[in-house]
Amino acid sequence: MKVPRRTLRELLRRMTLIRAFECRARELFEQNRLQGRFLGALHSYEGEEAVAVGVCQALRKDDYVFSTHRGHGHTLAKGAAPRAMMAELLGKATGMSRGRGGSMHMFDPRLGLLGGNGIVGGGLSLALGSAFSAQYRGTDQVTVCFFGDGAACQGVFHESLNLAALWKLPVIYVCENNQYAVTTPVSQTLAISDIGERSAGYGCPGTVVDGMDVLAVYDAATAAVRHARAGKGPVLLECKTYRYCAHCMVIPDRRDTREREAWRETDPIVRFEADLLEQGAITPDELQRLQTEAQQTMEEAVAFAEASPYPDPATAADDVWAEAPGGTA
Amino acid sequence: MRQITYTKAIQEALAEEMARDETVFLIGEDLTELGGVSGATKGLASRFGTKRVRQTPLSEAAFVGLSVGAAATGLRPVAEIMYVDFVTVCMDQIINQAAKLRFMSGGQLTLPLVIRTQQGGGTCEAAQHSQSIEAWFAHTPGLKVAMPATPADVKGLLKFAIRDPNPVIFLEHKLLYGTKGPVPKEELVIPFGQARVCRKGTDATAVATSMMLHHTLAAAEQVAPEASVEVIDPRTLVPFDMDRLAESVRKTGKLLVVQEACTRGGFGGEIVRRVVEECFGALKAPPRVLGGADAPMPFSAPLEAACLPNAAGIAEAIRALVRG
Repeated sequence: MKVPRRTLRELLRRMTLIRAFECRARELFEQNRLQGRFLGALHSYEGEEAVAVGVCQALRKDDYVFSTHRGHGHTLAKGAAPRAMMAELLGKATGMSRGRGGSMHMFDPRLGLLGGNGIVGGGLSLALGSAFSAQYRGTDQVTVCFFGDGAACQGVFHESLNLAALWKLPVIYVCENNQYAVTTPVSQTLAISDIGERSAGYGCPGTVVDGMDVLAVYDAATAAVRHARAGKGPVLLECKTYRYCAHCMVIPDRRDTREREAWRETDPIVRFEADLLEQGAITPDELQRLQTEAQQTMEEAVAFAEASPYPDPATAADDVWAEAPGGTA
Repeated sequence: MRQITYTKAIQEALAEEMARDETVFLIGEDLTELGGVSGATKGLASRFGTKRVRQTPLSEAAFVGLSVGAAATGLRPVAEIMYVDFVTVCMDQIINQAAKLRFMSGGQLTLPLVIRTQQGGGTCEAAQHSQSIEAWFAHTPGLKVAMPATPADVKGLLKFAIRDPNPVIFLEHKLLYGTKGPVPKEELVIPFGQARVCRKGTDATAVATSMMLHHTLAAAEQVAPEASVEVIDPRTLVPFDMDRLAESVRKTGKLLVVQEACTRGGFGGEIVRRVVEECFGALKAPPRVLGGADAPMPFSAPLEAACLPNAAGIAEAIRALVRG
């Protein structure tokens, strides 16, 4: 696939932005913890950037995305503003979900972002719904549902894939196989090596790609989106990837150091930068500027988040209900 | 006024709302040929097409989750779970997703979703087809809970539920499907949160919904020579019409709540809590909950009957309350 230069740069820009966001979020988490403030669990997406960016680059603004507990990357890749995300991380009134959601629950329906999920596999069946809705309303919107190797072991995976294939729903199930469910390696959770192979059991296409290679992901996602948008039904896309950090900030990392180093050798950003420099698609100066801009964006986002007010405690139970006649309590 | 069955009333409500609003669709198991186990959706597939009456595989997690996602993106799903007992296999979709997505999104998402299902014992279907678990749902912020007792109520409340912008757990009763009652031919929409005073009285207040309302009314009739009982059907547990109940308790000073559900941890206890907190000064006797046995429902008919409140038992409880 011939990818235009501006798209190549955009892929790099978004991956860099996610990396910068995650680094800054980790610092914020640690700072706050030292001051006795909790920011939830915080699941870092560092290392997996190529998946969210490669997939979302293949989407339109009006396409839907269901994210996961490890959702900052998807949220940024679909176009959310870092400042609103950072404010949500801090539980501020200016956050994406007005402080009701936090790290795992960032929504923006205007961008098709239908939220992360605190339940592993929680999005699998919900994604059927937005895909069904598009089919029912006769639009050609597609839905992407991100999930992990852990969620692939939940029963709802089977129900969802079967129904999606049966009704030819326009949904792309993107498995981010980062090799671990919390601390348990895939060798102890899966009887087969490729989750993508399971597509055969549902009668839909399945693809397995190198999730550390943003162009490979973009290429596979583009084909999957074309398939779903044409009304041909779902696609299962497995991206082999790796998270650099522990499952979350409150769980120690006991993974083998050599294994971690070996995956870092395949870093999706470093690798892509080198490729773009070599091709002349970007100059060293431009690369430097792109990195500086990402840092500046994050500093600005943190400043905005920190300066923002907390939500009024009197509003704690607001938004449980949509207004309806007859009252609610 | 014409008399129609509870099942027919549900069917009319569904058909009228589907005709009124193209975003309304039905989804669930065995809905097209069979019309669902209650027969309520019979004929709707031929009238509205299988695009809008979606018969699913036995995959409650998938089709309830689908309903949640569809509601969040502009449709109005009416999902049918064959028996309420089966909600356990899609509880994540109901409790963690449907009930919380609007809240967690800071009010950005709206979920106009109805989940219809049937509750209750009385047909010897044993412990996994006979439960009354309304308290599970009422305990979860973000879900409305309706328990209609009559054909008119089931029609009017279902039409309201479909128009409500929030997730509604709509609990029908398996013994009520064949019962008949007056239902006006004209448009009938009954707002949630409005109790119905089914019988006026002065000596005691009895609260009951669904099948238990009928037993409670029969009991009130039995004790009529000795005691004047006011019978109130809240019709929806969430929202709950506390005003109407408080008004009655302030008049009678005595409260009996009848529920088919197991007594412990049930919604009856919640009603008593509110009455004690809000009307303590008016109470002339300890309020009481007469509920089902704290046991899984047994299969054998005499055992099942022993676990369910009946009119004689309710009458006895009323007499004791009025005497005390």
